[in-house]
Amino acid sequence: MSADLLEIRDLSVCYRTRTDTVHAVRGVDLTVAAGEIVAVVGESGSGKSTTAHAVLGLLPRGGRIDAGQIRFAGQDLTGLSEKDWQAVRGTEIGLVPQDPTVSLNPVRRIGDQVAEVLLIHGLADRREAPARAVELLRRAGVAEPETRARQYPHELSGGLRQRALIAIALAGEPRLLIADEPTSALDVTVQREILDHLEGLAAESHTAVLLITHDLGVAADRAARIVVMSDGAVVETGPTREVLAAPEHPYTRRLLAAAPSLARTPLRPRRPPGPDVLVAVTGLAKTFPLPRTRSGPRAVRAVDDVSFTLTRGRTLALVGESGSGKSTIARMMVGLETPTSGRITFAGTDITRTGGEELRRLRRRFQLVYQNPYASLNPRFSIEEVVAEPLRAFRVGTRAERRARVVELIDQVALPASVLRRKPAELSGGQRQRAAIARALALHPDLVVCDEPVSALDVSVQAQILELLVRLQDELGLTYLFITHDLAVVREIADQVAVLRAGRLVEFGPADTVLADPRAEYTRRLLDAIPGNTRVDIGDTQR
Amino acid sequence: MPDSVTRRRTWSLPRQPGLVLSAVLLAAVLLAAVAPGVFTGQDPITGVPAERLRAPSPAHLFGTDETGRDVFARVVHGASLSLRATVLAVLVALVAGAAIGLLAGFRGGWLDAVVMRVVDVLQAVPAILLSLAVVTALGFGTTNVAIAVGVSNLAAFARLMRAEVLRVRSSVFVESARASGVRWPGVLARHVLPNAAGPVLVLATLTFGTAVLEVSALSFLGFGATPPTPEWGALVAGGRNFLATAWWMTTLPGLTVAAVVLATNRLSRALDGERSELR
Amino acid sequence: MTAVIRRLAQAIVVLWAAFTLSFVILYLLPGDAVLTKLGSADGGINASPEQIAQVRAEYGVDDPVLVQYGKRLWAALHGDFGRSIATGDDATHQVLSALPPTLAVSGFALVLAVVFGGGIAVLGTYTRARWLSHLLLSLPPLGISLPSFWVGLLLIQVFSFQLGLLPALGSTGFASLVLPSVTLALPTGAIIGQVLAKSLRTQLAQPYVEIVRAKGASRRRVHFGHALRNAALPALTLVGVVAGNLLAGSVITETVFSRDGVGRVTAAAVSVQDIPVVQAVIVLAAFFFVTLNLVVDLLYPVLDPRLARVPGELTRRERSHA
Repeated sequence: MSADLLEIRDLSVCYRTRTDTVHAVRGVDLTVAAGEIVAVVGESGSGKSTTAHAVLGLLPRGGRIDAGQIRFAGQDLTGLSEKDWQAVRGTEIGLVPQDPTVSLNPVRRIGDQVAEVLLIHGLADRREAPARAVELLRRAGVAEPETRARQYPHELSGGLRQRALIAIALAGEPRLLIADEPTSALDVTVQREILDHLEGLAAESHTAVLLITHDLGVAADRAARIVVMSDGAVVETGPTREVLAAPEHPYTRRLLAAAPSLARTPLRPRRPPGPDVLVAVTGLAKTFPLPRTRSGPRAVRAVDDVSFTLTRGRTLALVGESGSGKSTIARMMVGLETPTSGRITFAGTDITRTGGEELRRLRRRFQLVYQNPYASLNPRFSIEEVVAEPLRAFRVGTRAERRARVVELIDQVALPASVLRRKPAELSGGQRQRAAIARALALHPDLVVCDEPVSALDVSVQAQILELLVRLQDELGLTYLFITHDLAVVREIADQVAVLRAGRLVEFGPADTVLADPRAEYTRRLLDAIPGNTRVDIGDTQR
Repeated sequence: MPDSVTRRRTWSLPRQPGLVLSAVLLAAVLLAAVAPGVFTGQDPITGVPAERLRAPSPAHLFGTDETGRDVFARVVHGASLSLRATVLAVLVALVAGAAIGLLAGFRGGWLDAVVMRVVDVLQAVPAILLSLAVVTALGFGTTNVAIAVGVSNLAAFARLMRAEVLRVRSSVFVESARASGVRWPGVLARHVLPNAAGPVLVLATLTFGTAVLEVSALSFLGFGATPPTPEWGALVAGGRNFLATAWWMTTLPGLTVAAVVLATNRLSRALDGERSELR
Repeated sequence: MTAVIRRLAQAIVVLWAAFTLSFVILYLLPGDAVLTKLGSADGGINASPEQIAQVRAEYGVDDPVLVQYGKRLWAALHGDFGRSIATGDDATHQVLSALPPTLAVSGFALVLAVVFGGGIAVLGTYTRARWLSHLLLSLPPLGISLPSFWVGLLLIQVFSFQLGLLPALGSTGFASLVLPSVTLALPTGAIIGQVLAKSLRTQLAQPYVEIVRAKGASRRRVHFGHALRNAALPALTLVGVVAGNLLAGSVITETVFSRDGVGRVTAAAVSVQDIPVVQAVIVLAAFFFVTLNLVVDLLYPVLDPRLARVPGELTRRERSHA
C-alpha cells in the first residue's frame, strides 16, 4: 500500500541501563493509512507504548532505536535532528496521553496550554490565539470553554482534562494522532464519551489514529485494524473483524479469552441466595468531614442508607465507579472504619457495636484482600512471614504447625513452595495477589472481602486469579463480598449484584437479572459503556 | 556500614572509583582514631624547636608548626577526639530525635502537635547558633561541643522519623496486618520500625558529614578541647597567624576535614541510592 | 486576608517559642553565669558572699523559674534582653548596632548564592554537553562538604597574600566585602543549586513535559517556560530557610576575616558565656527566619495557583510532600 501515512519497518528499540540492555521492541512492522484507526493491543511490557513513543521521537531516557525505519508521509523519522522533530510534533503527529491528571502543567492556565501549540508553530499570533484556544476546547467537547480556558488543571475533572489534552493534540491539525491508553485512567462512562468524541473528531478531520490499549474490547469498538503485540514483537495483525473472529496466534486467543470486557459466560452456574444469612447490612451510612471553609463545616456522605444481605457460600458483587462508596463499605464490613449510622450484623453479632479485643477476635472470621498486592505486603517480610502473620497474631499452633499450615496454604493458592523464602518484590503481581489470598485464608475465615482484587493486574493474570477465587470458594465454602468497578468481572463470578452510585444503592438483585434486564437507568448506562459491546462480532473463542 | 556497601556492590566497584576511595579514606581515618601510631611515630604535643615552620617534605608530610610540631602527627592524633565528638553528636541526634519522632508519630493527637511545634522552633534557629547557645550554657570542651551539635541536628531526625512512621503506619500492609488481628505493639515492632529505620539511618550517615563540619567549626572558634590537645578545627585556627608564611598549617588540616566530609557524603549517597533501587 | 492574619499570628507564636527555647537552654541548663561573671572579672572566684548575692539579685537568678521567665519575657517584649554580663551594656543595643555590616555581607552573599547556585542548576540541567552537565552538577555536593572557615582562609591566602587583589581583613569599603560574602555564599549557594537541580530533574521527568514536547516545543521552551517555574517552588521555600543561616554563618566568616558584626559579637559573647547577648542573637535570628518565611509563604500562592484558593495554612512540610 503506497497510501500509507505511517509505515514502521523492522523497528527495534532497546533501553540501556547501567547494568544491562532491555530489548523493548524487536522487529516491529506496522502501517497506518491516512484517516484510519489502528489499535495496538498488548499487556504491560509488550512494547506497545514504546513503539508509540518512538513514532514521536519521545523515547524515555536510555531508550534508543537500534534498527528499522519509521516513515511518515514518505519521510524517514529515525534520522531527524531535534529541530526537525519540533516541526513534526504537534503539526504532523499529535499525542493524547495515558493519564490526564498529570499531563498538564499545574501552574499554567488551560487556555494558555492549548494556545501554546498555535504559538509554537506560528498558526496564530498572540492576539488571536486565546480565542482560537477557546474554540478548540469547544470542539473537544468542553462545556463553557471560555471559563475553562481561564482555569488551572487542578480545577478540572479527569474527563475534562483529557478533553483539554485532546484539544491540544488536535490544535495543530496533525495527520496522525497517537492515543496512548487515552482513557484507562477514567471511569467507564466517561471513557465511552471521550472515545466517542475522539473517534468523531478524527473522522471529521480525516486524522489517522494509532490507538494504544490493553483492552481488546476498546480496540474491537474503535479500530479498523488490530495489531497484537507481545514481548516486544507483533504476533498478529489484520482487520479487527478477522482478528477477533478467527485469531490465529495462540497469544491472541489467550488475550481474547481473558479479556474481561468481552467475556460473557459466568465461570460457574449462578446460585440463588442460600438459607443461612451471614451478613446483613441495614441503613448503613458513613459521613467524612471535609476541611472547613468560610461557609462553615462541610462533610461528604460517602455511603448513604445502604442495605443488603449476603448468604453463606455465595458471592455478592458491589459495583460502582470511583466515589460510589464501595470501598468505604468494604472497610466498614471488616471493622476498619466505623459507620456513622446503620448496622452490620455478622453471623448474628452487630460488629458496629463491638470494639477492642472482641473485634480483634471477630477478625478471624472475616478477612480483606486488597486491590494492590504491591502495597499490601510488607516489603521486608518473606512470603512465609506474610502468610504466617495472622497465625502468629492469634497464636495458632506451634512454630512447626504454623509452618505446615503456611505450606498447605501456599499449595492451595497454587504457588510453588520455592516462593516461601522470597520477598514480595521478587514475585510477579499475580503471585503476590495469590500470597495475599493465602494470608486471608490462613485463619479459616467465613467471609472474604475482595476490594478490586484484580484491577491492578494484567488481563490474562486477572482471569487466573478469578478462577482461583472461584475454586477456593467451592473447596472451602467461602462467602465473598466482591468490590469492583468492572461489570465484566461481575458477570464472571457474581451470584448477586449491588450497584452503587454516589453512596446510594441503586439496584440489588440476582446477577442474571441485574445484568440482563437492569431496572435502574444508571445500571443500563454502566452496561452500555463496557467496551466491546457495540460491534461485538466475536467467534466462539470462549472456553 | 561501609562493609555491607562494598560487599553488595562488588560487581560494580571498578566502575565507582570515587566510592572505593571514600571507603578507603574513611577506613584510614577510623584506624587513625583508634591507633594513631600506625600512621606516625612523631609526638603531636611536644615539638622540636629547631624544626619550626618547615614546609611539607617526606620527613614532615604536612610540614611543621611554630613550635616545631609535626602537623601530620597532630592531624592523625586529632582524629580520635574529632571523630569521637562527631560520633557522639550523631548518636545524640539519632537517639533523641528518633525517639521523639517515633513517639509523636505513633501517639499522634495533642502530643504530636506540641512536639512538632517544638521541632519547628528548633529548626527556626540556625544550627550553629543553637549549638552556640548550648555551649554557652554547658561550657566549653569536646563533649559539650558534641552534645551541642547533636541537639542542633536533632530536629531533622525527629521530623523524618515521624514522617516515616506516619507513612508506614498508613500503608496498606500495616492496615492489612491490623485487619488480620495483629495488635499495635506487634505492628510497631515488626512493621513500622524496620521499615522506618532505613531512611533514618541514611540521614545518620549524611548527618555524620554535617557533624564533622559543625564540630570542627566550633573547635575552630575555640570552644573545643583546650590546647595543646590536637583537634581538627583548632589546628586550622592555630595556623591563622601564619597564613602568609606557612600555608600548610591551615590548608592541609582543613583539606583533611573536607576530604572526610566528602567521603561520608559519597558513601551516604551510595546507601541512599541502594535503598531507592531496592524499593 | 484572614489567611494572612493567621499566618502572622503563627509567626509571632514561633518567635515566642524561640524565646522560650533559648530561655530553657540558656537559663535552665546547668552552668552559673554569675560565677562566670565574677570569675572573669577577678581572674578566679574569690568574691565575697555579699558580692555574689548582689550580682545574683541584679540578674534575678534567685527568683523561681516561672517568675524569672515571666519577667524576662515581659522585658523582651519591650526589646530588653538584659545587660551584657561582660560589658554591662544593653544587650539589645550591642547586637543591633553590630547588625548593619553583617546585613551588608549577608545580603551580598544571598545574591551570590541565588545567582550562582541557581545558575549552575539551570545550566547543568539545560546543557546537552554531558561533560559540562556532569561538571556543573558535581559542584553543589562539593560546596556543601567544604568547611567554610577553611575556604575563607584559602581565599585570603590566594587573593590577598598571593595575588594581592583584595584585602584580607577589616570591614571598610566594598573590596573588604567580597571575600567574606563569597565564603558565606558558598554553602548556601551549594544547597540552592542542589535542590533546584534535583527539582528541575524531577519536573523534566513529569508526564506534562512530554506533552509540551509533543506540541513541538523547543528545549528552551520546555526548560524555561514550563519546568523552571514548577521547579522554583521548592527552591523558593529553601531560600527562606537558608537565608536565616547566613546570619549564623557570619559567626565563622566574621571571625576568619576579623570583621565587625553580629557574628563577632556572638562569638565573643559565647566565649565569656554572656547569656543575655546570646539570647538576643538567637531571638534576632528567629525573627529573620520567621520574617523571610512569611514573605515566602505569601509569595507562594502567586507562583502556584493550586495554593491560591486553599483556605487556611499549608505548612512547608505538607507542601514538600505534595
